[in-house]
Amino acid sequence: MMIGSIGQQVRRRFRVYWKLIKSLQTGLLLLTGLAGYMSARCPVITWQTLLALTGSLFLAISGSTVLNMVYDRDIDAQMKRTCNRPLPLGQVSVVEALLLGATLSILGIGWAFTLSPLYGCVVFAGFFFDIVIYTIWLKRRTAWSIVWGGIAGGMPILAGRVLGFGQFDWIGLLLSLAVLLWIPTHIMTYNLRHKGDYKRSGIPTFASIYGDKLTHLAIALSSVVASIAMGLAAYGIGMTWGYLRILAVLSAGLLFLAVASVVRPSERLNFGLFKFASIYMLSSMLLVLIETM
Amino acid sequence: MRKISVLDRILLLATALLSAYQIAVGIEGLASLTVTSYTIAFGVLLVASLIMIILGFEAIESPLVVFIAALIPLSLSLGLISQYFPPYQAGYMAFAVLGFLAIVLTRYLTSGKTATVTLALVHGTAGFLIFILPIVLSLQGETRPGFILVGVGGGLIGIGGILFAFLRAGQPILSEKTIFAVLPALLLIMTGSFMTGLALA
Repeated sequence: MMIGSIGQQVRRRFRVYWKLIKSLQTGLLLLTGLAGYMSARCPVITWQTLLALTGSLFLAISGSTVLNMVYDRDIDAQMKRTCNRPLPLGQVSVVEALLLGATLSILGIGWAFTLSPLYGCVVFAGFFFDIVIYTIWLKRRTAWSIVWGGIAGGMPILAGRVLGFGQFDWIGLLLSLAVLLWIPTHIMTYNLRHKGDYKRSGIPTFASIYGDKLTHLAIALSSVVASIAMGLAAYGIGMTWGYLRILAVLSAGLLFLAVASVVRPSERLNFGLFKFASIYMLSSMLLVLIETM
Repeated sequence: MRKISVLDRILLLATALLSAYQIAVGIEGLASLTVTSYTIAFGVLLVASLIMIILGFEAIESPLVVFIAALIPLSLSLGLISQYFPPYQAGYMAFAVLGFLAIVLTRYLTSGKTATVTLALVHGTAGFLIFILPIVLSLQGETRPGFILVGVGGGLIGIGGILFAFLRAGQPILSEKTIFAVLPALLLIMTGSFMTGLALA
């Protein structure tokens, strides 16, 4: 009876923690890290290294996500979209979440340094850009904070590449740039969709500062450059023509929706672009993984 | 309008995956114009399936659908011509490009009737070629019998086109609900037919 009740409590706690780490977002960033590593085409890939890469990135990304939620709990409480998160609902205390986030981050970054100092530095840079520069310093001050959020988002793929290749190279930087430039498409469409929420909580976004039209244009431009960067990186990796063709088709789909949302902006199209951008990134990473396996 | 169901989404995802496979693997080793044409045809199917999965059947209401839908038969027929009748590829490419431009321009610059006639002529010619060429080539022994499946796919795309054309014209052959109910399955069977037919040619 007692064991059953403890088991239930642990499961409940785990469910709350799972919500705190934003499993989908963490999963996608983890996938970019794996794709970055596999793109290096190491002659010998051991399951130990893959496991260590997955574990260290998962812990570091999850940790920074939890810390981000701790810092932004006041904003989350004001927004319809996020008011049901564990911290605003009081399902977990601030101290508990802070401890969880710090523990996960320290474990993840520490594990990363044991694998390779350079890899550890890139993972730490991702954490630093996300928490210190983006969340604490810039998010509430300027709409341009998105650039730093993008740089943080581009770190897992660069970290994976650096671990596999042993040093920085132009392909790793291009892959990172592609993720960085994809992030505005992802985040700005979200900002447009929940404009009222962001306005209420006083968070400056591109849409609130520069208007919808310029935001749509920025989304379209970042989609174009992100597609070019991804295409060049894929070519540099040595992706076969068949997979490059799929990438080109998906890029064309992304550009089509981005341009359509500039010409005929609508909430539905904006939602379509947001979802398609996620599919684009997921597919691109899967293509890199399949190609290099 | 009919709401998209889970089964519809699964069928559309299968269509997208088949199209992706065809783009990546199924057209390797062909001439560059043939590969480009087939990539556009299956690429439009891939992207359209994904957009329908995301936005539902409301996506079809967009005025751009007319142009995008025309790209499939035009590029597929161009691929067939360049693969099996290379001497005619330049002439047919001119027809495909000019025909597509005519569809776009007449839709924006002229009355509804001219636009409809242009669409029917260009779309109809391309659809007819996709339907008849594989059958003729198979019967003549130029290709293996399995190539007829491409013609079957062409027939299915033609049926879909006619159903939509009459629906848009306000004289539906089948109700809108029925058309949307069969659309995902029709797209999957059509893509499967093209893919299998090209592989068996």
